[in-house]
Amino acid sequence: MTAPDRYQWRRDKDGLGVWEHRGKVAVAGVGHSPVDRRWDGVSMDKTLGAYSILACRKAMDEAGVSPEQIEGVICCDSHIAGGSGGSASQWAPRPYFAPPYDSEWGLTLVNAQWLIEEMRLRNVKFAPTGVPTISEMVGMAAQAVGDGLCHTCLVIYPTGNLEGRYRRGGENADDYARGARQWTAPWGNHGGNDFINIFPHGQYCLKYGGKHDDLAPFVVNQHRNGLLTPWGYNATHQVPQLTTEDYVNSRYILNPLRLWDCDRPVNASAAYLFTTTERARDMRQSPVYVLNHSQHNFRKRSTQEDLDEIEDWTDRAAKRMYEGAGLGPKDVDIFNPYDGYAPMAQFFLEGFQWHGVKRGDAFAFYAGDIRVEGPHPFCSSGGNLGNGRTRTAMYTDSIEQLRRTAGARQVRVRAETALAAFTTPSSGGWIMFGKSPG
Amino acid sequence: MPKLIPVPDSLSKPFWDAVNQRRLALQHCAQCDRLQYPPQQACQVCNSPAGLTWKEVEGRGHIATYIVIEDGRLNRRMPDQPYNLAMVTLDADPRVNFYSNLPGTPPYKAPVGAAVEVTFEEVAPDQLIHEWRVVA
Repeated sequence: MTAPDRYQWRRDKDGLGVWEHRGKVAVAGVGHSPVDRRWDGVSMDKTLGAYSILACRKAMDEAGVSPEQIEGVICCDSHIAGGSGGSASQWAPRPYFAPPYDSEWGLTLVNAQWLIEEMRLRNVKFAPTGVPTISEMVGMAAQAVGDGLCHTCLVIYPTGNLEGRYRRGGENADDYARGARQWTAPWGNHGGNDFINIFPHGQYCLKYGGKHDDLAPFVVNQHRNGLLTPWGYNATHQVPQLTTEDYVNSRYILNPLRLWDCDRPVNASAAYLFTTTERARDMRQSPVYVLNHSQHNFRKRSTQEDLDEIEDWTDRAAKRMYEGAGLGPKDVDIFNPYDGYAPMAQFFLEGFQWHGVKRGDAFAFYAGDIRVEGPHPFCSSGGNLGNGRTRTAMYTDSIEQLRRTAGARQVRVRAETALAAFTTPSSGGWIMFGKSPG
Repeated sequence: MPKLIPVPDSLSKPFWDAVNQRRLALQHCAQCDRLQYPPQQACQVCNSPAGLTWKEVEGRGHIATYIVIEDGRLNRRMPDQPYNLAMVTLDADPRVNFYSNLPGTPPYKAPVGAAVEVTFEEVAPDQLIHEWRVVA
């Protein structure tokens, strides 16, 4: 029940041409657990394991698939607040509970093996270990189904959030800076997507004009879309609608990065059911087809990636995706880039030239009508900023928009193709969905 | 206030040894005539380790942009908050950049575009780090 050794599933090079499985793989089910701020440490029906099982069952129910039909399980075993700098490193060991919660597995850690055993998935033949995050998992699933390694595959993305301040433990509590951190941490860079983007964002404002708080319309709209997402954290916890005034008066984290430029860590899980287009026809839901998946892992030149590099990388990522999907910027109806920190979305928007937005135009675009009801429904998912740090809203919304089941978020414009990602400008992946396979 | 203490490894030891002698020495690929920092096992351009040597460079640069860390995650740096964190480009090759807290420059007052010069700061007995100071 493992992956073949050195399975080459990534589409991470320039010039690969149209994806060989374009339209032959589909998503037939989506499932979300509730989205909590944290696990409370006592409720066994709210552990990360219980939530992952729940998400899987929902995705399977939605597709009308039984446990016997599941042949693939792809689950990321790095749960955001994990060992690298996270409070998780200080969490265990501790007194455990009766099986299956007699170890950390299922409580705050989940992997494919644990899920297969707990859900009694007896026919799984593809369950790779050490799989990356959701950005690449969906690509891996699409490729594995297309390659015939499995025909019906669950992709599960658990996101944990433990007690204590986020990522204040582990190496961030250390007095020493080892490995790659010797070049960053002595000066205060704790590492992460916030630092990757905030310096190029500063250069962006200098180069093209504009100021940091020009992000306000985008962030406020993300929260609005989040409140229109029934499963998301904001909607299920009655979080008030963020206003521009709230935003511009919020405290700084990495000045000019504000509190509301950051997403809210949560405890949740989501699952997606990938299958062949042929099998999807007999399932309960109208399938959404995969038109391409692509990945990238660009290497920065020096200590800090700069604006030139970020623009080059996002241009190349766009080119790869469009080439593999056989589509261009004008063909993309729904665009759900990652927004885990607000200042990165502009790089993706301009790189992919969605709705004709060119370099330096993002702030003016944000100031226009980007509501889901309007002509430019940018990030109709609400992303992480509007739903909590699940990193899955972009995928779910894209699928729902094409199915026309997005409810209050349903866009008024055409919705036949959708592009989604959890990615940084330097590394991650994209996936293109289509309402039809061709 | 105390900064995190870098732990040299086999790759970085020549760099830190130079810093501890108050010199800035970067990897240089003779084949590509390119400087690179942080050090790597091979040249980033030609992907070969063959032409890599250590070359002392002039510690002059410019502030490209900066932020102010008000709520970072590093325990050891908490007492310093708020503090500047600048991205400094090296004049000898602006593709090479460094972080700096810009000692002597108050938080929020970093002059973007200004010239800076390297300086060295003790973070532990026998361990210096390179810093950058605005040229008056």
